[in-house]
Amino acid sequence: MTLFKKLTKGIFKENPVFSLVLGTCPTLAVTTNAQNGIFMGIAATFVLICSNIVISAVKKLIPSKVRLPSYIVIIAGFVTIVSMIMQAFLPAAYEALGIFLPLIVVNCIILGRAELFASKNNVFDSALDGLAMGIGFTFSLLLIGSLREIIGNGSFFGMSLFGGFQPFPFLTTSSGGFLTFGVCMCLVSMISKKEIKSTGCGGCKLCEKGECQE
Amino acid sequence: MKTLIIILFSAIFVNNFVLSKFLGICPFLGVSKKLSSAVGMSVAVTAVMVVSSAVTWPIYTYLLKPKYEYLQTLVFILVIASLVQIVEILLKKFVPPLYESLGIYLPLITTNCAVLGVALLNIQESYTFIESIVNALGAGLGFMLALVLFSGIREKLEKNDRIPKALRGLPIALIAASIVSVSFMGFSGVIEGIFR
Repeated sequence: MTLFKKLTKGIFKENPVFSLVLGTCPTLAVTTNAQNGIFMGIAATFVLICSNIVISAVKKLIPSKVRLPSYIVIIAGFVTIVSMIMQAFLPAAYEALGIFLPLIVVNCIILGRAELFASKNNVFDSALDGLAMGIGFTFSLLLIGSLREIIGNGSFFGMSLFGGFQPFPFLTTSSGGFLTFGVCMCLVSMISKKEIKSTGCGGCKLCEKGECQE
Repeated sequence: MKTLIIILFSAIFVNNFVLSKFLGICPFLGVSKKLSSAVGMSVAVTAVMVVSSAVTWPIYTYLLKPKYEYLQTLVFILVIASLVQIVEILLKKFVPPLYESLGIYLPLITTNCAVLGVALLNIQESYTFIESIVNALGAGLGFMLALVLFSGIREKLEKNDRIPKALRGLPIALIAASIVSVSFMGFSGVIEGIFR
């Protein structure tokens, strides 16, 4: 696989949100505008890359019985770093993301990549995988966030588009989040001609290995 | 007492964890295909939520707040992970029938954002100890209500073969969730009207 393919697999083929259906909670919750989506995506990408690097570097030192708790601790450490950085330099974004910033810890994309990729591959590949998945996640959040902001609020990155007119304010409410996500997913399944079935835990493939027997 | 009732009911209906706060969407979409598994999962989630709120609140207030506030996320997730393990071991040892029916949902709960979410929200809203527990109970019951309601719709959707191909599976489930969520918007006025 070429470097370019490795980097873009997160956007189309293995998009964490639309094709693997992971990390649905932040996808729905923070995407009321495009800017929040971008900040959430960047924060998660940082955590993904760093935790993938560290986990693939120390994978031989962790006994397999306690590996999931150890991964969670490593991820939680990086999440703490990200939230402290954001609190210091981007206080507005820190406020807007609220509890979804610490909740990156339980985002299944990160634990899933740690278990499925970083624990089996070398440091460089794992970092690349983290970056690719992060790009895909950020891209999806930006897409949903832009749709909800443009159609729901009539603005884009805070700039008013239609002179204060809000075409369909329903989309900025929580129910509108479900609707936008459902419609986006319908479009994805139309384009890819695949029925999207795997959900949440089922999508993280830990189940196939009997880690969590849903 | 009045505050407690308001916290309980607004956690169940107005600020429903799944439908208006978007916490615990993964189990909401994943486990809601059958009524029995929806009930099992939400009972397990409610129990873990209440216990973990009862444990994380004192840890935060007496150990972390004075000096180590930044360790909040790390400590909370560790506490929840170990609690889930302990609950699993206790159930297996003392109540095997309950373990048989709920056991399979327990490993899923550690990475359920609703459980960590309620622990973090209790701190953020600066609830007292009792208020935190009531809030956790309400959040769990709200989770159950959403899951049970939605599993009924989901069963119908699964059986229906006249849904257009592109909408089958998750997309139609999400659109149905949107409509259920709209119906919950109506509660916001009701709760305010009764108690305030």
